[in-house]
Amino acid sequence: MSMTVHVDIVSAEKEIFSGVAEMVFAPAEMGDVGIAPRHAPLLTRMKPGEVRVQQPGGEELDFFISGGLLEVQPHVITILADTAVRAVDLDEAAVLQAKERAEAAMQDKQATMDYAKAQVELVQAAAQLQAIDRIRKRSGA
Amino acid sequence: MAVGKEIREKIKSVKSTQKITRAMEMVAASKMRKAQERMEGSRPYSDKIGAVVGHLANAHPEYRHSYLNEREIKRVGYIIISSDRGLCGGLNVNLFREAIRDVKSHHDNGVEIDYTAVGSKALGFLGRLGINLVSEASHLGDQPEMATLIGPVKAMLDAYDEGKIDRLYVVYNKFVNTMTQQPTVRQVLPLEQEKSDEFGHHWDYIYEPEAKPVMDTLLQRYVESIVYQGVVENIACEMSARMVAMKSATDNAGDLINDLELVYNKARQTAITSELADIVGGAAAV
Repeated sequence: MSMTVHVDIVSAEKEIFSGVAEMVFAPAEMGDVGIAPRHAPLLTRMKPGEVRVQQPGGEELDFFISGGLLEVQPHVITILADTAVRAVDLDEAAVLQAKERAEAAMQDKQATMDYAKAQVELVQAAAQLQAIDRIRKRSGA
Repeated sequence: MAVGKEIREKIKSVKSTQKITRAMEMVAASKMRKAQERMEGSRPYSDKIGAVVGHLANAHPEYRHSYLNEREIKRVGYIIISSDRGLCGGLNVNLFREAIRDVKSHHDNGVEIDYTAVGSKALGFLGRLGINLVSEASHLGDQPEMATLIGPVKAMLDAYDEGKIDRLYVVYNKFVNTMTQQPTVRQVLPLEQEKSDEFGHHWDYIYEPEAKPVMDTLLQRYVESIVYQGVVENIACEMSARMVAMKSATDNAGDLINDLELVYNKARQTAITSELADIVGGAAAV
C-alpha cells in the first residue's frame, strides 16, 4: 500500500474537504508545489488557483481557492483558504472605509468617555428589564 | 350591544400584537437553526488555524512576531460585537454591562481605550458615550461575510502594529444553548500560547518566501477568524434570544387576552342583569 497523508481544506465559512491523499498540488506564492507524504514542515502563502488532491486509487479532486495559507506537517496538510479576494491595497481600502464610517457615526458626540453616564444608562436598561420581569411574573400568577 | 366596546377594541389590538410576536418567534426559530449550522461550519477553520498557530508557538522560529510578545499596557482596544436589531431580550444590555465592567478595570488603572463596533446596537451604544471609536461594521445581515470584517479588524491590528494599543479584546455572546447566552470577553492580542511537549526536538518550518510575511498573514487570518467566529456565534445567540423573548411575549399576550375577556364577560353579565332587573321592576309596577 502506498503512503498517504491527511489533508484538510477549510475556509472561514465552511469545511471544504477532509480526507487522505497520496499527493497534493497547491499554488504556493513562489510557484506551484507538489507535496508528498512525510514532507518537511512548511508554511507558505498561496496565490489564487487550483488545489489538486490525488486520492488513493488514482482519483483526483480539484478545488479552486482565492488564496490563503498552506501548512505542511509530515502527516497532515492544512490548507486555509481565503473566502474573499485579498490584496494589501484592498485591505487598506477596507480599513479606511471602516474608519470613515466610525468617524461619521461619532460626529457631534462628546470628546471624552463618560463612564458615569454609561453606567447610568446601563442601570436604567437593567431596571427596565427587571420591571418587565416583575410584570410578567405578576400576570403569570 | 354598546357594553364593553373599549374592551373589545383592546382585545383586538392585543390579538394582532400576539400574531406579530408569534410570527417573529417562528422566524427566529428557523433562522436560529441556520445560524447554528453556520456556527458549526466556521468551526473547522478556527480549529485548524488555531492548531497551526499552536504549532508555531512550539516551533523555534528565527523571527518572533510582535503578536506573541507581552507589552506594558498603556492603551487597549476592544472589539464589541452586538446584534444589528433589537427585540432580543436582554442580550445586548447584558453584553454591554460585561464590556463596561471589563473596560472599567482598565480605566481605573489609567489605561486608555479604543473601540471597534460590530453591529448597529454596539455602534449606537458606543456612539452615545462619545468615546474613541476607531472603526465599525454594521448591517452584517444573517449571513455575515468575512470580507466585511477585514477592514475593521485590520484597523485594530494596524493600531497594535504601530504601538497605539498594547492589548486587544473581543467582546461577544458565547452560545451555550438555546436558553443560555454567555457574554464573553476574550483576549486576542498578544496571543495566549500553550507550550506542549508534542514536539520534543528542535524544529522549525520552512518558510516561503520568508518567515515575516508568512507569519504576518497567518496571524492576521487567525485574529480575523476569532472575530468572525464571535460574529457568527453572536448571531446564533441573537436568534435564540429573540425566539425566547418572542415566545414569552406571545404567552403574555395570551394571558392579557384571557384577563380582558374575563372583564368583558363580567361587564356584559352585569349589563344584562341590570336590564332584567329594570324589566322585572317595570312589570311589577304595572
